[in-house]
Amino acid sequence: MAELAIRTEHLSRSFGAVQAVDDLSLDVPAGIVFGFLGANGAGKTTTIHLLLGLLEPTGGQATVLGFNTRAQADAIRTHTGALLEFNGLYERMSAEDNLDLYGRIYHMPAADRRARTKELLVHLDLWDRRKDQVGKWSRGMKQKLAVARALFHHPTLIFLDEPTSGFDPVAAAALRDDLATLVKREGATVFLNTHNLVEAERLCALVGVIRKGKLLALGNPDALRFKQGGQQVEIVGRGFSDDLLALLRERPEVASAEVQNGHLILGLRGESEVGPLVSLIVRQGAEVEEVRKGAASLEDVFLTLMEEDR
Amino acid sequence: MSDILTIMWKEWKDALFQGGWNAWIRPVILIGILGVVEPLLGKNAWMNLSPIELVVFLWFAFFVIISIVADAFAGERERHTLETLLASRIPDRAILLGKVAMVVLYGWGVMVVGLFLGAGVYNLAHGQGQHAFYPIDMLLFTLGLGLLVGTLGASAGVLLSLRISTVRQAQQTLSIGTLVLGGAVIALLQLLPKEFFITFTPDQILLMVVGVVALLDILLLAFSLARFQRAKLILS
Repeated sequence: MAELAIRTEHLSRSFGAVQAVDDLSLDVPAGIVFGFLGANGAGKTTTIHLLLGLLEPTGGQATVLGFNTRAQADAIRTHTGALLEFNGLYERMSAEDNLDLYGRIYHMPAADRRARTKELLVHLDLWDRRKDQVGKWSRGMKQKLAVARALFHHPTLIFLDEPTSGFDPVAAAALRDDLATLVKREGATVFLNTHNLVEAERLCALVGVIRKGKLLALGNPDALRFKQGGQQVEIVGRGFSDDLLALLRERPEVASAEVQNGHLILGLRGESEVGPLVSLIVRQGAEVEEVRKGAASLEDVFLTLMEEDR
Repeated sequence: MSDILTIMWKEWKDALFQGGWNAWIRPVILIGILGVVEPLLGKNAWMNLSPIELVVFLWFAFFVIISIVADAFAGERERHTLETLLASRIPDRAILLGKVAMVVLYGWGVMVVGLFLGAGVYNLAHGQGQHAFYPIDMLLFTLGLGLLVGTLGASAGVLLSLRISTVRQAQQTLSIGTLVLGGAVIALLQLLPKEFFITFTPDQILLMVVGVVALLDILLLAFSLARFQRAKLILS
């Protein structure tokens, strides 16, 4: 069995009547990118706070890099880096001072801090702007700097809380590429909170899906797609009425049915036959011009899980 | 200790001297008032460090500190930098003490520079060929009490800003707190029986003041350290 970076056992945290994390049991092996998927308010950020020992659990326990989050939170924070919900950069300070601060916090010698600053800023194409006040930078540049700060002291485990949230697709892809390259080069374990399923699909070796604090599924993206998502069928045609959609959703083999851009998209459970469904659609008066069959994406799996849990 | 120095370095770079010449405007104005304007107006009384001059120096140090200390935690929370700092390995005590130390050093530094600049300005303007300087015992007393009063302002400010979410809110609360404190001191002085000032010599009274302020410093710092809890700061 691979060495574990994170283990949670029945981990729970409530805020009054709200159960933010509910009986979460999870193993994350060392050396991989783990994606924690969930909608806003699902409990992802609270989970990171619990794993960093910033919040006390109301139930269960967790170990991070072998340290207990209740008793050894200082040791956890010594060996981890974090890019949380906000980038946490000091905008009145220069880029190199921001990195230098975290190098000092982690007791890195001055020469190492200078070398590491150059290494990361050159890699991220920010070296020429190192003397700038960070507040004058674009959002994408700030986020890249925040990634550099999280990696600065060579942490064994890095927590990233929605690092590309709010980015346009081009900027998100660029940051994702930088992140993937850096993480691979550093050899660290990454705990990635995201609701960007493309991001999870491209970066993660293992994903967990969380909703209302509960872990709904855990596995590598391919296995999840096969096990949970089944197949996806796209039907091109006309006359896909609400009554037809309701009828399809009642079928046991149909996980989801919706119309997107005039195309009927069906998510199927397991290895279901498509023929009977097409016959049903035609019998209901719809016209079918083309039927395309393919594997479900992680997004389909995610939506199916959300639907099933309702 | 190195962690406290790291936080002081950060405060120096971020909150006090944010880069650029305009960061120096505020301390230069304050030192100008304290070290140039006041000694020119105060003349001979200035060099004796009489009670009025003493109060001016202490009030300056206190005022400077109160005006910047609200930024300590409320500012970090407002600018969303606190969560990341708390997620690092830096110990709680280092964060709190580093912030208090830097704010005190800044306010006290303005007072000290003003004090020595004031002596120079006085000699240039009123010296008439003779070199005058403050009485050494009063100078040491002013420096020591300035440090204690500065620590009082900084500790109270940090304590308040631990739980308040915006700098403006913290500044308003601190302003009201300063007024209440000033009123309480005046009321206390009026309530004291006249025999008090006959029974004790001025030196003894000054020592009592030092003792009371030092005790308040210790209590406020201890209370702040007890209230500094990562879990509560993350949630507040």
